[in-house]
Amino acid sequence: MKNLFKLFSIIILIITPNSNSFAAEKAEYLKTDWSFKGLFGKFDRASLQRGYQVYTEVCASCHSMKYLSYRNLAEPGGPEFSEAQAKAIAASFEVTDGPNSDGEMFTRPGKLSDKFVMPYDNVKAAQAANGGAYPPDMSVLVKARGGGVDYIYSLLQGYEEAPNNVSLDDGVYYNKYMYGNKIRMAAPLSDGLVEYGDGTNATVEQMSKDVTTFLMWSAEPHLESRHQMGFKAIVYLIILTVLVYFSMKRIWSRVESEV
Amino acid sequence: MSDHDYRPKSRVGQWFNDRLPLLTLANHLTDYPTPKNLNYWWTFGGILTFCLITQIVTGLTLAMHYIAHADMAFESVEHIMRDVNYGWLIRYIHANGASMFFLAVYIHIFRSLFYGSYKAPREIIWIIGIIIYLLMMAAAFMGYVLPWGQMSFWGATVITNLFSAIPLVGEGIVTWLWGGYSVDNPTLTRFFTLHYLIPFLILGLVVLHIWALHVPGNNNPVGIDIKKPSKDTVPFHPYIVIKDGFALLMFMIVFAFFVFYAPNILGHADNYIEANPMVTPAHIVPEWYLLPFYAILRSVPDKLLGVVAMLSAILILAVLPWLDTSKIRSAVFRPLYKQFYWILVADVLILGYVGAMPAEGLYLLIARVATAYYFLHFLVILPVLGFKEKTLPVPLSITEPVLGGSPNLAAARNKESKIE
Repeated sequence: MKNLFKLFSIIILIITPNSNSFAAEKAEYLKTDWSFKGLFGKFDRASLQRGYQVYTEVCASCHSMKYLSYRNLAEPGGPEFSEAQAKAIAASFEVTDGPNSDGEMFTRPGKLSDKFVMPYDNVKAAQAANGGAYPPDMSVLVKARGGGVDYIYSLLQGYEEAPNNVSLDDGVYYNKYMYGNKIRMAAPLSDGLVEYGDGTNATVEQMSKDVTTFLMWSAEPHLESRHQMGFKAIVYLIILTVLVYFSMKRIWSRVESEV
Repeated sequence: MSDHDYRPKSRVGQWFNDRLPLLTLANHLTDYPTPKNLNYWWTFGGILTFCLITQIVTGLTLAMHYIAHADMAFESVEHIMRDVNYGWLIRYIHANGASMFFLAVYIHIFRSLFYGSYKAPREIIWIIGIIIYLLMMAAAFMGYVLPWGQMSFWGATVITNLFSAIPLVGEGIVTWLWGGYSVDNPTLTRFFTLHYLIPFLILGLVVLHIWALHVPGNNNPVGIDIKKPSKDTVPFHPYIVIKDGFALLMFMIVFAFFVFYAPNILGHADNYIEANPMVTPAHIVPEWYLLPFYAILRSVPDKLLGVVAMLSAILILAVLPWLDTSKIRSAVFRPLYKQFYWILVADVLILGYVGAMPAEGLYLLIARVATAYYFLHFLVILPVLGFKEKTLPVPLSITEPVLGGSPNLAAARNKESKIE
């Protein structure tokens, strides 16, 4: 048994330093109390709904979210808008469909099954409209950045006056959390930029937290069921392990050898 | 072994067994006499079998939904993560399963190194194991390319470009591997095909690995030849089955932790960015389990020699049974080898660490020293040690720990109890 504990502590030791070595990147990220972290972590429904509002009113003018569909907004584990609300959200977008029987493309109001409407037709159009920089698709953005949610949350609040020794080109901004500190996106949030339906005060900090929560969900839509299943699976495994341990002791008691 | 005179009880069983002796095989596997002092480091063979089966089953399921096309691969992975029932679970098991597989194989290999399991008469088991390990690396590398993220694409570019170091024909080989003039759709489809094929090759080699093992039987922590069956052995079933099962469950708890609570911690964030041939990531790093070899590759200034060094680092293991000149198997009775063993472990961990860091300044220096030491260990220390080392007295059997009247009796007994 002693060997066994040694073995598993070595396993943990081997694995941990490797994973950390990638994430190491200068400025300490801002921290906040994410509700979706931990063994039982769940999304804060209201925060997800507010986050969607920030996304759709602010980010969506440049950033696409091409892997999400409007139906996702009503699915369990997400913002959980009612189906009627999700339908209304979908219908508020114009979707290009077709070709129809005359061979023409046409537009119609969005349906639940439609993917989120993209702000630009293609990458080139997005670059042309943004001074050559491509606003990345946001579907899996938090998983595509080293610091994850903390990085996005910090970045949104990391805009500062550039220090004197840093010169910025036109359309480039200073952000203390950005890799290399130079970012082509102007500070997207300002206090009171959106008006929350639930009366929450729309500070930059609050909006950053809400929209980052929303992005975490968009990147990991099954996070809640993953946590729930994980807890059950691990409890099950532990109970089984204990039972098997005692069976093993019993079986091995027939020979004069330790296990 | 009792299987020669084994005869099924039922008439039908006898009829079948006379034509295809599967029941004799089953009887051999259950009765297989196993040293009773095997410690938990010996449970990783079973764990590895579990890993292989898990990868094959989850991989088959993923292949039903994955699309091997440069324009659709990334999207199809997101489709699996979002819309396929429990697709996220299957993919996370498969992705983390690769890491767990390598974790287990490294423990398995280092167990062999410690207890001298590669020595006569087990050289063939060991060499088959090295081939399996090479195929695992190939399968893992190609599997990592399939999601077609940035690290997939650039990892594939860096690794395939290594072949261009071969004089004269190098460039041609790279073009041939790619199926074009850069990593692109033909590269992806052939990688998918090979990624699907290799696990079944591994499965076949695993059968040979176990077959070769069952000829001399297991080595054991004391490293001596034992009589089989005897007081020193237990039948494989139920003793080893339940012990392997217990260890496997412990392993599965660690596995489950990664799958459910940290599924992306072992991967690189850049691989969630779709492959873009126009944008090179700041640091191109392979998966953690390949980092020591990546460090060796980069520590040599010349490209061709770097590739040679990297390949030699693996292939040198295949001739290990002949490089290690000591007659004693287990490090328990080799006080000097034991120390060098742990230095080697530290050396490989250091190589892994610097492999993840940029190849410059102090990191590069450390990588060079560690690389040199790695080869020194196998090419100089091991052969010399076999002649110079003063080993401890080795017991005659597992139940009779040490030769009577030996001056080192107490010390050896003490060691013995630690092993068990």
